[in-house]
Amino acid sequence: MDNRHAGMNGGTPPSCVAAPVSDTEIAEICEKYGNDKHRMLDILREVQDRYRCIAPATMDKIAEKTDLTRIEVEGVASFYSFLSLTPKGRVTIRLCDDIVDRFAGLDAVAHVFEDVLGIGIGQTSPDGAFSLEYTPCIGMCDQAPAAMVNDIVLTRLTPESARSAAEALKAGQAPEKIVAERFQELTPYERVTRMVDNNIRHAGEILLGPVPEDAGLQNAVKMTPAAIFTQIEESGLRGCGGAGFTTGRKWRFAASERAEKHFIICNADEGEPGTFKDRVLLTERPHLLIEGMTIAARAVGAREGFLYLRGEYVYLREHLEQVLEDRRRRGLLGQHIMGVKGFNFDIRLQLGAGAYVCGEEGALISSCEGLPGEPKTRPPFPVNRGYLGYPTVVNNVETFCHAARILDRGAEWFHAQGTEGSHGTKLLSVCGDCLNPGIYELPYGHTVREVLAMVGGLEAAAVQVGGPSGTMIARDSFHRKLTFDDLATGGAFIVFGAERNILEIVEYYMSFFVHESCGYCTPCRVGNVFLQKAIQKFRSGHANPEDIEYLKELSGTIIETSRCGLGMTSPNPVLTTLRNFPLVYSAVIKPSKDGIRDTFDIQSAIDGARKIAKRRSYIFDKDFTQ
Amino acid sequence: MSGTKRETGFTFTIDGVEVKAYAGMTIMEAADEAGVYIPRLCDHEGLRHQGSCRVCTVKAGGRSVSACTQPAAPGQAVENETARLNKMRRDLVEMLFHEGNHLCPICEASGNCELQAMAYRLDMTEATRFPYLEPCRALDASHPDIALDTNRCISCGRCIRASQDVDGKGIFGYVGRGIHRRVAVNGENLADTDAEVSDHAISKEVCPVGCIIRKRVGFVTPIGEREFDKGLIGHEIEEKRK
Repeated sequence: MDNRHAGMNGGTPPSCVAAPVSDTEIAEICEKYGNDKHRMLDILREVQDRYRCIAPATMDKIAEKTDLTRIEVEGVASFYSFLSLTPKGRVTIRLCDDIVDRFAGLDAVAHVFEDVLGIGIGQTSPDGAFSLEYTPCIGMCDQAPAAMVNDIVLTRLTPESARSAAEALKAGQAPEKIVAERFQELTPYERVTRMVDNNIRHAGEILLGPVPEDAGLQNAVKMTPAAIFTQIEESGLRGCGGAGFTTGRKWRFAASERAEKHFIICNADEGEPGTFKDRVLLTERPHLLIEGMTIAARAVGAREGFLYLRGEYVYLREHLEQVLEDRRRRGLLGQHIMGVKGFNFDIRLQLGAGAYVCGEEGALISSCEGLPGEPKTRPPFPVNRGYLGYPTVVNNVETFCHAARILDRGAEWFHAQGTEGSHGTKLLSVCGDCLNPGIYELPYGHTVREVLAMVGGLEAAAVQVGGPSGTMIARDSFHRKLTFDDLATGGAFIVFGAERNILEIVEYYMSFFVHESCGYCTPCRVGNVFLQKAIQKFRSGHANPEDIEYLKELSGTIIETSRCGLGMTSPNPVLTTLRNFPLVYSAVIKPSKDGIRDTFDIQSAIDGARKIAKRRSYIFDKDFTQ
Repeated sequence: MSGTKRETGFTFTIDGVEVKAYAGMTIMEAADEAGVYIPRLCDHEGLRHQGSCRVCTVKAGGRSVSACTQPAAPGQAVENETARLNKMRRDLVEMLFHEGNHLCPICEASGNCELQAMAYRLDMTEATRFPYLEPCRALDASHPDIALDTNRCISCGRCIRASQDVDGKGIFGYVGRGIHRRVAVNGENLADTDAEVSDHAISKEVCPVGCIIRKRVGFVTPIGEREFDKGLIGHEIEEKRK
């Protein structure tokens, strides 16, 4: 695979060799979650946190308590990156291996950790103290390189700060003490903001400007569901996660489905590399988000909701739990919200465990149900049959925040901002080669060049709009507009300077999709591996002119036959750079002189045998003469 | 299709041929009844539809969908046997060949193998351009009557569904993610499970390739007299129309 995250294809991982875990303790954990198989992710996360490993005997016990088979438990345990069948260190250091982190000096930081801890990437120290690994984008690209140390986040790492952190950890200091000596005395909000900067560079009128408390909800409780749908529809609000479905219609569809229960789920599984806008909303506008979810619940008739938080944002857990608790205490969640009889709604925080694909709404629902994060067959759609078969609304963090503001200020106010077809504002997470990376709340319709001028990135040679599943554009396209109809984005806006190697970026993004494909369908599981290998061939100078056509054909098959949005967009880094940077490819192509394709490299094929035989070749080894 | 009210029938077309369907039927179910064959590997009669191999991809309403999971819609024009679709299907079959270790000349399933038969039907006759992944996969011969050669597994999951839904056992399941996702057994090895050679999941018809091996019955049918020596895969369905 030649992937920094992946090992060999197939083979059984060595089983857990840690001390046996007492059955009673495992039973207690299962009971804490009602022995409910739908809480499998919580059960496994807790087992992992406590014992650093999910051993076969543990899986047997969990299966028994939750009335599943062991293979079903193993299916979940082996799916998520943050769960492990082999023992991890008491402190697990996950270095963010995004391309932006790599360009910001990740290698030097990684070497320092390896040096101080005495282990390589992917290893656990023999005394079980530390594990060191790479993980894809953790949503800190504006302060890269970054790392997770258990549940703590370190940002803006330099070789020096990495060395002092690693040495402190090695000396036995608790990870949180690296952030602040008196970490325990800080409030959850202070802890969060001590670890991670918001970097709000431009606050717009809708989300990041002054927002009155629960003004939208106050209006909503006086309105009929039909009036709420109409207002959201008339505002022109579309989903902010990337797909852009009309929010009002989604709510209306779910409400019109007759069922015993309805559910509201907030998708806070912001995993698209280079995207971190939800991180800032979750930090600064959590009440607005919960307000939006509560309005949706009022309109749709839901009594239960989930806030699905990506595992990488575990550092926000306490902060968000406190917000939920605070709202329960103030009668804004729970029974008879705002004193309205029968308006009951509560939210549970569901933590993910490291899987980009869970940002796909079907996969997110699977994950909430305690299953591996695999997308569901559509139809039925979640609004018809979602969580446990009940009608379910899944919206992005930003979408719910917008909805709450629309209920406060009205549809017209929102509709008037932005452009035709793309109304309101959009949070852009800007990172990469620019002076002021961070969050910009801008009305839709700005050109790429205007944004670049704002962020101090006019030198850019390329911009990745919408992350790897979006579009990579060159200077000749900087006049294009950020709208749903031109350049759609879930928020990512990654700036690359002229010194960056486009093919290196493309290969990184393909390795990301290979790592994050759930593996359910053939084209995404296998095709992306082939696509990554093909790009490697270009990078190593072995590509022929025909390989351009091969890239296009293979991409076409993956896009057309994949089962969910991941596979339908994963070839985009290849296709959009082929279109917008054709010279990058043609520069490394070599037509073969003898008409033989360079696909088979005999030297590397016989390399192993030659090493065993200790023979060198007069033909292939240029330094070897008779 | 038991339990569906038959009076709500409608028609749609597949490559211009009119096909009758009833509410709730998938495109493939309607096609099968009408004698139109849509290639498939992970779908199997009597098992839940999974839609994972994607070989049954058809065009319906301008979109590519898996025929085994997509409900038929009245008046819809479905494309099935087009050059473009068959090319993509061939790509998918090639992907499955290259993902595992498939050596037809030494495989007991040769001639009965649906993967091999599908390759013939889709004209996979030239050298492919895909790289071989050559995974290192285990052989499980622990069980007295059954062996598993997972080198040949194409992750169709038919054994998983057959064991869960027909046998009521759950011997098999998926583990891992992405290219590492694979079918595994409910225990340390197959002998550790309650698998029996009489299980539907173990029967000849469920595993489309030579992964699930029933011991001591190999080569009972000589090569040349095997299922796909008699005709292309799908011919039984297509013969319904003649």
